[in-house]
Amino acid sequence: MIKAILVFNNHGKPRLSKFYQYFNEDMQQQIIKETFQLVSKRDDNVCNFLEGGSLIGGSDYKLIYRHYATLYFVFCVDSSESELGILDLIQVFVETLDKCFENVCELDLIFHADAVHHILSELVMGGMVLQTNMSDILARIEEQNKLQKQEAGISAAPARAVSAVKSMNLPQQIKDIKLPDLPQAIKDLKF
Amino acid sequence: MALKMVKGNLERMFDKNLTDLVRGIRNNKDNEAKYIAQCIEEIKQELRQDNVSVKSNAVAKLTYLQMCGYDISWAGFNIIEVMSSNRFTCKRIGYLAASQCFHPDSELLMLTTNMIRKDLSSTNQYDAGVALSGLSCFISTDLSRDLANDIMTLMSSTKPYLRMKAVLMMYKVFLRYPEALRPAFPKLKEKLEDPDPSVQSAAVNVICELARKNPKNYLSLAPIFFKLMTTSTNNWMLIKIIKLFGALTPLEPRLGKKLIEPLTNLIHSTSAMSLLYECINTVIAVLISISSGMPNHSASIQLCVQKLRILIEDSDQNLKYLGLLAMSKILKTHPKSVQTHKDLILACLDDKDESIRLRALDLLYGMVSKKNLMEIVRRLLGHMERAEGSSYRDELLYKVIEICSQGSYQYVTNFEWYLTVLVELILLESGSRHGRLIAGQLLDVAIRVQAVRTFAVNEMATLLETYPVTAAPNGTMQEVLYAAAWIVGEFAPHLDGPERTLAVLLQPKPVAGHIQAVYVQNALKLFANLVGEAVRQRDGAAIERHCQTLAEGLRSYLSSADIEVQERASSVYFLVVLLRESLGGGADQQHAAAPVADGGLLELTPDVPGEPGDGGGEEARAAPDESVATGTGGHYPGVAWDEIEQIATDLQGLFGSELNPVAPKAQRKVQLPEELDLDEWINQPPPSADASSADGGSSDEDKFPLFLTDGGRGGGGGERETNGGGDGSRSYKRIEYTQEELDKMRQARLLEQTNNPNYLKPAKTKKASGGDYHQQQQQQHDCYDDIPIAEIALEVPLQIHSTKRSDKYLMDAERATRVFVGKSGGRKEKGEKSGKKSKRRGKKSKRYSDESDSESDDPKPLHVVNTVIELPEGAILSDTEDKNNADPNDPHRALDIDLDAPFEDDYPQEMKRKAANQRSVMLLRDRDGQTAKTNRNPADEHQSGGTTTTTSDSKHRSRRRGTAAATERSGSKHADRKHTDRSDEQQQQQVDGGGAGREKQKKKKKSAGKERPDEADAIMLMIDEETPAKGRTTKEKKKHSKPPKDGVAADEAVEDGDVKEKKKKHSKKSSKHHHHHHHSSSSKKSGYEEMPVQSLGGVSKDAI
Repeated sequence: MIKAILVFNNHGKPRLSKFYQYFNEDMQQQIIKETFQLVSKRDDNVCNFLEGGSLIGGSDYKLIYRHYATLYFVFCVDSSESELGILDLIQVFVETLDKCFENVCELDLIFHADAVHHILSELVMGGMVLQTNMSDILARIEEQNKLQKQEAGISAAPARAVSAVKSMNLPQQIKDIKLPDLPQAIKDLKF
Repeated sequence: MALKMVKGNLERMFDKNLTDLVRGIRNNKDNEAKYIAQCIEEIKQELRQDNVSVKSNAVAKLTYLQMCGYDISWAGFNIIEVMSSNRFTCKRIGYLAASQCFHPDSELLMLTTNMIRKDLSSTNQYDAGVALSGLSCFISTDLSRDLANDIMTLMSSTKPYLRMKAVLMMYKVFLRYPEALRPAFPKLKEKLEDPDPSVQSAAVNVICELARKNPKNYLSLAPIFFKLMTTSTNNWMLIKIIKLFGALTPLEPRLGKKLIEPLTNLIHSTSAMSLLYECINTVIAVLISISSGMPNHSASIQLCVQKLRILIEDSDQNLKYLGLLAMSKILKTHPKSVQTHKDLILACLDDKDESIRLRALDLLYGMVSKKNLMEIVRRLLGHMERAEGSSYRDELLYKVIEICSQGSYQYVTNFEWYLTVLVELILLESGSRHGRLIAGQLLDVAIRVQAVRTFAVNEMATLLETYPVTAAPNGTMQEVLYAAAWIVGEFAPHLDGPERTLAVLLQPKPVAGHIQAVYVQNALKLFANLVGEAVRQRDGAAIERHCQTLAEGLRSYLSSADIEVQERASSVYFLVVLLRESLGGGADQQHAAAPVADGGLLELTPDVPGEPGDGGGEEARAAPDESVATGTGGHYPGVAWDEIEQIATDLQGLFGSELNPVAPKAQRKVQLPEELDLDEWINQPPPSADASSADGGSSDEDKFPLFLTDGGRGGGGGERETNGGGDGSRSYKRIEYTQEELDKMRQARLLEQTNNPNYLKPAKTKKASGGDYHQQQQQQHDCYDDIPIAEIALEVPLQIHSTKRSDKYLMDAERATRVFVGKSGGRKEKGEKSGKKSKRRGKKSKRYSDESDSESDDPKPLHVVNTVIELPEGAILSDTEDKNNADPNDPHRALDIDLDAPFEDDYPQEMKRKAANQRSVMLLRDRDGQTAKTNRNPADEHQSGGTTTTTSDSKHRSRRRGTAAATERSGSKHADRKHTDRSDEQQQQQVDGGGAGREKQKKKKKSAGKERPDEADAIMLMIDEETPAKGRTTKEKKKHSKPPKDGVAADEAVEDGDVKEKKKKHSKKSSKHHHHHHHSSSSKKSGYEEMPVQSLGGVSKDAI
């Protein structure tokens, strides 16, 4: 089981938090903080597994994380999950984000936290892995987005126009996330 | 109306949307909190609007704020409103918000039941999908119970997307509502062979989660999984299955043997590291479970270890980590195989990655031998010095001790070295959490290794002097002082400078109370020893000096706030007073000379009998000896050495007997004598404070309750009622008295005592035996300050060297190995010497040197560990009593259900009814013959209970009635049931009829242990055959698994060609178990098995 999925940036600012076990908001923030402290002090060339988050889980739980550009993707899982499998899942998640946002960057996650949640819910449901096949995931997301667009229809046109005007002065978004070359071991995994 | 809506829309168009909110927060970094507060106000405004898209916009913003740490539960009702919107867009926002902030205890959830049910049956699969995703995060027990059927229906949906989600969802339902597992299980099993791989994967996922906690209930699925494993190409699923097998093999070793081959093939063939790794893990699990009895498993072990070595050598840190992790599993059963890769593991100790170092540390445990222990420990100590982060250092410390102490110090050859290491650890890591552990080690070594005692005692004496005591320690390292003090006192004869050590013990130090108490106690032991020595030397002056040192040193302890310390100190103090009295003829008015600080202790006469603690015990035993001596005393100094000697011997006799280690659980093994009632009053409690003070000699103490003091004195003897008990309680009060008050009180008390005829006046004898003693003592009192205690401590050179002392032993050892041949004779002699020693003292002490002879290249141990441990008769060390330490809140405990047994009364009645009565009218008869007619369909499930019941708990009532009716029916109707007729009503009967078979099932459960092998046989056979008719396999297997004792024949069950054929194959094996018996129960059984699948299938067709 996956107990929590956290995404935060290099400064510990949460960009996505999904807890599959209930914690109140204060506790959630503490967990994010603690996890950030644990993860951020590690070099990039050390292993991606970490034991010892005291707030969440206990001895049975591990933190499995990946660091992409400015963002940390951290999964807190118990011993029923395969470590390398989860690493791969993170990769699938990030690649899916990359497809959905066309060259994803931190800003995309900041401004579309809800969309990120929706994408995640196609991968993981209630702490269990739902789907690992990326094309399936993308198809589902696509269909749901279509549904949303249909519903919006004409009634949402004015709102869209307004939001378009509002976003005019948005600074050019910097697309700075580049997916690093993956270790061969991970690429070998096929789902 | 429409116009109004459009107008509303336009007005709200300029509300902030999520993007605006985020941007706003980013632009207001300085006063973020204020800005957000303002936004929340706006959101509250928006939530008051009628327009659902405005609301959903507000809820979307709240979801973002929730991530930032703001509580949004106040908007729960609005979230539900948004969830119930017809528009997918809003619904999605609503469910997302709900999944983020609702939790199973939310009271709002009861409002959602019907809405979620509606969404689950929506024609749009994404409505249902979104509902399932949301529900999975906040499902409660109530929701689980109410929605279980709807979700089960979705499991047979035509849309794979929904099947997949519903299957996963069922796991969450099981966790909250375990009763759902049994009826849902057949369908879940069916999903293992779903045509859609994602659904298959989901089902595997759920069963793996279930089986992880209760593997034995899922053994019967092994054949299906086995087939999946050999056919599937989905790595994710394979990993799950292989992990599941890892959990199953310990229960069924034969399964493991079957697994080895396909797993080895996978190991050779797969290119996916994750799969490879899990394969290795499971092979290891298999090998552990069949570690004996399989001839060629060493090849598999070799393969695993080889592959793991490749992982560990990989440049990818992740693989290295996992390789070490898996290695540690092999280590437990096949240490030899791992030891060949010692070089690799030792190299990992220097890795820059802490996770990897920790894993390598775990492995070290198995890497050590007599030869390399010193070297490894030296490296670890080096790491400790360099390492940052106290938790890692602590971990290192723990490992050092773990490595050294394993197997009764199996690998430690030189205990002087080990003690030095311990002392180094103590000085290195003052903030450690493992102080108690080290203290335990010190005590253990000092007690059990007699040969090293002298060294230990002197080492401890140094430690006591040099350990930097701080008032507020941040760890538990101070505990070592406890051990040190005890060792120094207990083995005082081994001390080089006992006088100095006595002074050290008596120096006031800010250590914890329980340590101070040990200080006092052991100061007395030391003192006794010193006096004995002085008597042997005929050195009266020395005796007097020791008395002075002790009496003076006790002053600070006498006024200690810790009651235990105070009590022991006063006991010891009066013992000294007595001793001096008997030696020197006693100073007059000795009591007046008592330390000023404890005015209240004066009437505590030394002949208080029967003190509970060990401190008290000595005093009690000492008292008669002293009083004997007192009679002829007064010749001091120099005269009547016999008597003085007698006193000294008695004093030493208090601590004379040998102490053996006691097994940790020995106390628990001691049976409580029958006549002992611990709850009974030993003495009747005093009727009231006034009454007892009337007859008591010591009036003021009785104002205090008898057992006010803490547990340390819990079982106090009855004699303490007047004197001792009062002393303890009074001390709480005394702390508050000023010096003047104390003096006044003492005067008053002395006056009272002289006038009280009942009071024994020991002071009189003192007066009689000479007045100058007291004066003398007072003089000494005055010049006590001149005694240069601190100076003594400083004379000792600090024992911390730049190169570690323990290294010396390593170098010695190395040198010794170089000249091993030449020196071996001398070594042996030493070993033998210690062996003799232990033989003389311990009855059964074991010589490890004998053992090591077989490994001729290992260094001979210098010291011998005494393995005698005191245990009550009949107790065994390995007795385990803490089996039930599982978490009682773990939902999986409730999910421990034998899924192969027919389900009966534990089958949730509601579901049963619902499943069977979707379209039918059912007659229910009450116990008392009343007839109730209930018309049921899913919609009115909650409202209608039965026509005769009107109360709010109608649901429960009708449920009970249903069972009752069914139980009644089961007896009569089973005989004429036809298998082909599957009308809903009859199915209902079949299921409910199970109530009658309750008795039978209980029996079956009892004999579950015997039953297991049969069942397993069937599983194994099935794996062997791998017949295509898998759908039947489990059913078929069940027949074989019938407990032979019960003799339940399952033959009359549904039979078609497939099963018959298979049965024939096994009939030889199992026929002897098939006694014809209970015709009806066997047909019943088949009914349970068939029913839920079918009836629920019927439901699903209706719903979708």
